[in-house]
Amino acid sequence: MASLEPIAVSAPPGRGRIAWRRYFSNPLLVTGTAIMSVVALLALLAPWTTSYDPYSIETLNRLQPPSGEHLFGTDQLGRDVFTRVVYGIRVSLLVGASVTAIAGAIGLLVGLASAYSPVCDHIFMRICDGLYAFPSILLAISIVAIMGPQTGNVILALTIVYIPSIARIVRSAALVVQEKTFIEGLRAQGAGVFRIMGLHMLPNVLSPLIVQASFVFAVSILTEASLSFLGAGIPAPEPSLGNLLLDGKNVIFKAWWMTVFPGVFIILMILGLNLLGDGLRDFLDPGAGSNNRFAKRKKAVRRRRRRSD
Amino acid sequence: MSQAPLLEIKHLTTKFSTEQGIVKAVDGVSLHIDPEETVGIVGESGCGKSVTAESILRLFDEKTTEYGGQILFEGRDLLQLSEEEMRKVRGNRISIIFQDPMSSLNPVYTIGDQIMEAIRLHQRASRRQAREKALELLRLTGISDPERRLRSYPHELSGGMRQRVMIALALSCEPRLLIADEPTTALDVTIQAQILELMNELKEKLRMGIMLITHDLSVVAQMCSRVIVMYLGEVVEEAEVTTLFDRPLHPYTSGLLKSVPQLDGRRKQKLYEISGAVPAMHEVEACCRFAPRCPFATELCRSKAPSLEEAEPGHRVRCWHYKDIQANGGGSDGSGLLVTA
Repeated sequence: MASLEPIAVSAPPGRGRIAWRRYFSNPLLVTGTAIMSVVALLALLAPWTTSYDPYSIETLNRLQPPSGEHLFGTDQLGRDVFTRVVYGIRVSLLVGASVTAIAGAIGLLVGLASAYSPVCDHIFMRICDGLYAFPSILLAISIVAIMGPQTGNVILALTIVYIPSIARIVRSAALVVQEKTFIEGLRAQGAGVFRIMGLHMLPNVLSPLIVQASFVFAVSILTEASLSFLGAGIPAPEPSLGNLLLDGKNVIFKAWWMTVFPGVFIILMILGLNLLGDGLRDFLDPGAGSNNRFAKRKKAVRRRRRRSD
Repeated sequence: MSQAPLLEIKHLTTKFSTEQGIVKAVDGVSLHIDPEETVGIVGESGCGKSVTAESILRLFDEKTTEYGGQILFEGRDLLQLSEEEMRKVRGNRISIIFQDPMSSLNPVYTIGDQIMEAIRLHQRASRRQAREKALELLRLTGISDPERRLRSYPHELSGGMRQRVMIALALSCEPRLLIADEPTTALDVTIQAQILELMNELKEKLRMGIMLITHDLSVVAQMCSRVIVMYLGEVVEEAEVTTLFDRPLHPYTSGLLKSVPQLDGRRKQKLYEISGAVPAMHEVEACCRFAPRCPFATELCRSKAPSLEEAEPGHRVRCWHYKDIQANGGGSDGSGLLVTA
C-alpha cells in the first residue's frame, strides 16, 4: 500500500444499468437464455433455416446417414431429419408456451382466490390434491384418450395437469404477502378487495410464479414428447420430437441419427429452461444482488487471494 | 372542554371467535378524544390497546369478530356503517400508523406511487396533481430530498424515513383523527424524538386529534394531554397527564411508573417489575383482573370486579382500594419522569 489511488466519483448507475449488470453476473441465466434463444430462433425461422419440406417423401433417399446434404440424415420415408426436428421444436415450443400461459393465468387466479377466501381455499385445494394424486402422464393420457389426439387437446390436457403446481406456489406466496403490515395498511387506507388483490398482492407473487412457470414450460415439453412417443400426443404425420423418437425406435440400430438428434434437442431445451428457471430465481429474488451462489463464490475467492497477498 | 368530542367510544367490546373459544379482547371500553387533543393509551403487550384502535376502523375479519357498544365519530356510529361507507372513513377521516415501518410499505412500488394511490383513493385528482400533493406531503414530513424519495423503493429508505413516509401516507387526506399504534417502537431514540416532534407539529398544522398507543411512558409524558391506562381489555385508569404521573391511583399504573428506569436513580438499584405476566384473555374470571399480580389484593378483589369510578373530576380509576393505597403512599412518584421528558 504505497500510494492511495484517487477514487473516481461518478453518478450512481441507473436502474437499467444495474439490472444489466446483475443479469450478466448470473451465469445460469445467461446460459439459459442463450440456449433457449438459439433453439427458439431455429424453430421460429424454420422456413428459412431449412430448405426441405418436413412432409415430402423421397423413397430413394431412405435412411441416409448425416451428410452435407442432409445434416441429421433422413428417416425411413426419406424425409430430412433436421427439418423435422426444427418443425418438431416448433410444436414443442407451441405446446409448452400455450400450457405455461394458460396454466399460469388460471393458476394465478386460483392461487390468489384460495389465499383470500377460506371457502375457495377448501374447494380449489382439494381439487388440486385430487389432480396431484394421479401421475401426470397417466392423467394426460386419459384426457387425450377421451378427447382424441390433437394438438389442441394435448395443450388442454397438459394445462389441466399443471394448474395445481402453479396454483399452490401462488397461494403459498400470497399467504405470506397477506400477513404483511402493508396489506392491513391498505385496508386502513380504505382500499377494496380487488385493488388489494390485483394491484398489491399480484405483483408480489409474480416472481415465484415466473420461476415456477419456467419449470412448467420444461416439464410440459417433456410430457408432450412422452405423450407423442406413446402415440397419445400429436397425431402422426406432424413432426413433434416425441413422434420422431417413436419413428426412430424401430430402426435404432440401423439409423442412430433418427433418435439421437431429436433426443439431444429435448435435452437441450429442458436444460435451457431449467437453467433459465434457476437463474430467474436468483435474479428476481429482491435484494439477492450479491446473494447468488456464484457471486458468493467469487467473493470468497477474492477474500482468499487478499489474505494470501 | 365544552365542545363535542371528536371520537367517543361507549362500552366497546370486541370479541374474536377462535379455535380455543371466544376471546374478549376489549371489554367495555369507554373513552373520548376531543378535537386537536392527543390522548395516550398505555398498557403492557396484550392488554387490548391495538385491538381498540383497529376496532375503530373495523379492520378485523368481520366473520370472526363481533363488536359491541358504540363508536361515535362525526355524529355517526362507525359500528353501524356498511362496509362501503366504512371504506370512505378509513384513510380519509381516520388514519392509522402502524408500529412496523419495515413491512408497512409495498416493496414493489415506489414511495411516490403509494402516496399517490392513497390520495387518489379518496380524492379526485389527476396523476399530476396527486404527484404534486405527494411531494408536498413528503416535504411536510421533513424527509431529506423529497423529489428523489418519490422515486425510491421502500428498501432504499431507513426505518426513520419509512416512518416519515407512513406519516405522509396517513396524512394524505388530512384526517380528523390520527391513530398512531406504537409509531416509534421500532425506531432508535434520536429518530423517535424527531418523529414525535413531527407528529406534534403536524397536529398543530392540520388540527387533528391523535390517539397515541404506546407502552413508553416517556412518550406519553412528552406528547399527551390525557392518558388512558388499559389492562386486559379494560380501562383501569384515566387522568390528565400531570395528575396521572403525580398521583397514580391504580396499583397497575404505579407499577408501570415505577418500572421506568430513572437517569438519577441509584446505580445498583434494581428496576421495579410487576410480578407475573399478562394472563391470556380467555382465562379472565369474575374478579379484579389485576388481582393475581397486585401487591394490595384482598379477598374483595378476588371475588368481585370493581367498576370504573370517578375519584376526582377527570380522574377515573377501577380499583377497590385506591383510597387506602394512596393514603399509605403505595402510589409511586412518576413526576421525575415528567421533568426529564
